[in-house]
Amino acid sequence: MYKYDNYDQQMVDTRVEEFRDQAKRRLEGKITEDQFKPLRLMNGLYLQLHAYMLRVAIPYGTLNGAQMHALADIADKYDRGYGHFTTRQNIQYNWIKLEEAGDLLADLAKVEMHAIQTSGNCIRNISSDHFAGAARDELVDPRPYAELLRQWSSFHPEFMYLPRKFKIAVIAAETDRAAMRLHDIGIQIVKNDSGEIGASFYVGGGMGRTPMIAPQIRDFVPLDQLVTYAEACLRVYNRYGRRDNKYKARIKILVHEMGAEEYTRQVEEEFAHMLGQGVEPPLAEIERLRPYFADPAFVDGPKTCDHSDPDFALWVDRNTNAHKHDSYVSAVISLKPVGGIPGDATAEQMHLMADLAKEYSFDELRVMHTQNIVLPHVAISDLHALWTKLEAAGLGSPNLDTIEDIIACPGLDYCSLANARSIPLAQKISERFAASGKTGELGQLKLKISGCINACGHHHAGHIGILGVDKKGVENYQLSLGGSEAEDVALAKITGRGFDEAGVINAVETVTDVYLGAREDGERFLDTYRRIGMTPFKEALYD
Amino acid sequence: MTDLDTRPTAVQFRFRDDEMADHGTVTFDACCEQTNATAVRIEPGDDARALLPFLDRLALIEVNFPVFGDGRGYSSARLLREAGYTGELRAVGDVGIDQLLNMRRCGFDAFAPAEPLDESDAQAAFNRWPNVYQNTADGRRMITQLRHD
Ligand code: HEM
Ligand code: SF4
Repeated sequence: MYKYDNYDQQMVDTRVEEFRDQAKRRLEGKITEDQFKPLRLMNGLYLQLHAYMLRVAIPYGTLNGAQMHALADIADKYDRGYGHFTTRQNIQYNWIKLEEAGDLLADLAKVEMHAIQTSGNCIRNISSDHFAGAARDELVDPRPYAELLRQWSSFHPEFMYLPRKFKIAVIAAETDRAAMRLHDIGIQIVKNDSGEIGASFYVGGGMGRTPMIAPQIRDFVPLDQLVTYAEACLRVYNRYGRRDNKYKARIKILVHEMGAEEYTRQVEEEFAHMLGQGVEPPLAEIERLRPYFADPAFVDGPKTCDHSDPDFALWVDRNTNAHKHDSYVSAVISLKPVGGIPGDATAEQMHLMADLAKEYSFDELRVMHTQNIVLPHVAISDLHALWTKLEAAGLGSPNLDTIEDIIACPGLDYCSLANARSIPLAQKISERFAASGKTGELGQLKLKISGCINACGHHHAGHIGILGVDKKGVENYQLSLGGSEAEDVALAKITGRGFDEAGVINAVETVTDVYLGAREDGERFLDTYRRIGMTPFKEALYD
Repeated sequence: MTDLDTRPTAVQFRFRDDEMADHGTVTFDACCEQTNATAVRIEPGDDARALLPFLDRLALIEVNFPVFGDGRGYSSARLLREAGYTGELRAVGDVGIDQLLNMRRCGFDAFAPAEPLDESDAQAAFNRWPNVYQNTADGRRMITQLRHD
């Protein structure tokens, strides 16, 4: 994985100093809270219901054991012994003191980490495929391109005060594991007819209150123009993005209102101009970055393992992904124990995951947007030993992509914008399905919960989505069906009137029963929904 | 005209050796119609590209930041420099310590903050970053180039 050179280290160290200076000027009253707010946000520091929350960037979701250990130490030293992995492959701490934030950032900088641009109206942390560099189906490893974009977007002087936040995802496989088209810019690394590698650009996707799927605006940008093209996309957005209404300020609204064709025309015009401005890093830089992501020293070994233990067999079946080397798999550590808080991990668990990465996965880990952790390169012969240790630590839940693998935002338990609680709902749903034993029968079923219309929990993209709304001061939940964040991307549709907490849990069970009754061979919930439509579900729910 | 005080005395930081233009600025619309103006002020919503035909005669372009969170002026500045404008480019309005360097990097070479800034904080801000990741109008070579020198 990538390793900072002196330049990168100097940038994060300087940022720590700058933040300390900003906090000092705030405390001295030289700047107002209004002036300080965007500055602290660009360092990932939010003021929440009970305390400050700090969001730490995990660029494209990749980290090593030492970094995971450091995240655990931070949880112990500055928080209450746990952290929360997010849908943007980052980690958040919920109980931070402003006076200690500078020290926390300094601790991060020691392991080549930071909280730069994890919030604010700027280009956010770049996300990517959590199986990058390991997946059998990828064209190339997308991370060198993500790293190139990380550097370019860090402290970009023109784009620190955009109309709204800006999220970029980069993938390089046909299977989309990063919700690429639900980003402000989604980039897919592709090969053209002449066999050259380049980038396909999708612009104007997003969730939030007005979810949209990004249209493709350019099928192929040559690699030595990638940054220039992104810069042109941003400049047109900075110029025309709406600033009169923050709910209409995302680029998706601009692309929608202006029309994808006109937006594209403007980008192409700006791009043609910028090609002459020397903004592109030299191609040698991509060549420099690539070896950092080279394959570790894989060794040939057994290609199968003993499946006689049914619990182990189930975990292997559900929680591993095909690897490009046939003696290896990528193994998913579920942070969704039945009845647990989705995405939470204790310091102890983080230390353990770091140790396991060192022992079994060439010291590498990934954060998934589904709030789980991946050990990307595990030898098949080591799987049983790994699973045994995970089981012992309560990290062996065999539930990847099942109804127990719920995405949930922090909701009313932490978030000042929430209408309703998300976490207890996720806990109760996973308990209900674990108890009824239906989880396995339901197969792939992605359930996603947001505590308000901002959609941090991706409910628009859930096969089943749940949205917390406020109904005359009472928590109320809207159910929606048919969304997907993957290559078959779609936005979920609302079933009808909302439910109270107990009601929505029953409603989830009802729709899964409709599916079980109607499904044909090999159909997932989503496939059945697409075939039979909303009506049978509605009838079961409301008649 | 708006009531912004952008007389030469309002300029707190300047990175040019030439004489300061000592005359009023006209609005963007006036500049595009009136052919002899040598100083103009643009607002966030003005499309700076419309000034490109007049760059030769302009000695001063003020870019107003009514609120610092509106970042359109950064793009205006950069594209003026990219088009070859060499006159004074002055940031006026809600300009704070933490915006100075980004503005400088986008091509501003004069600053007239509505509220005067602490001199030593400002100098620290201008000099904070030893290196940069982007090529912009300040002519600094970016890290991704320095690595391959
Ligand atoms: C608790 C503090 C949080 C606050 C105040 C917050 C605030 C927001 C707001 C206001 C939006 C809507 C932005 C827009 O549509 O323009 C949003 C969207 C989003 N947030 Fe959060 N959020 C929080 C936590 C999280 C967490 C924990 C995650 C990950 C689990 C997350 C991931 C996202 C995602 C994926 C979106 C949708 C992005 C899009 O519209 O493209 N947020 N958040
Ligand atoms: S979806 Fe709403 S409630 Fe949930 S974290 Fe985001 S802003 Fe808070």
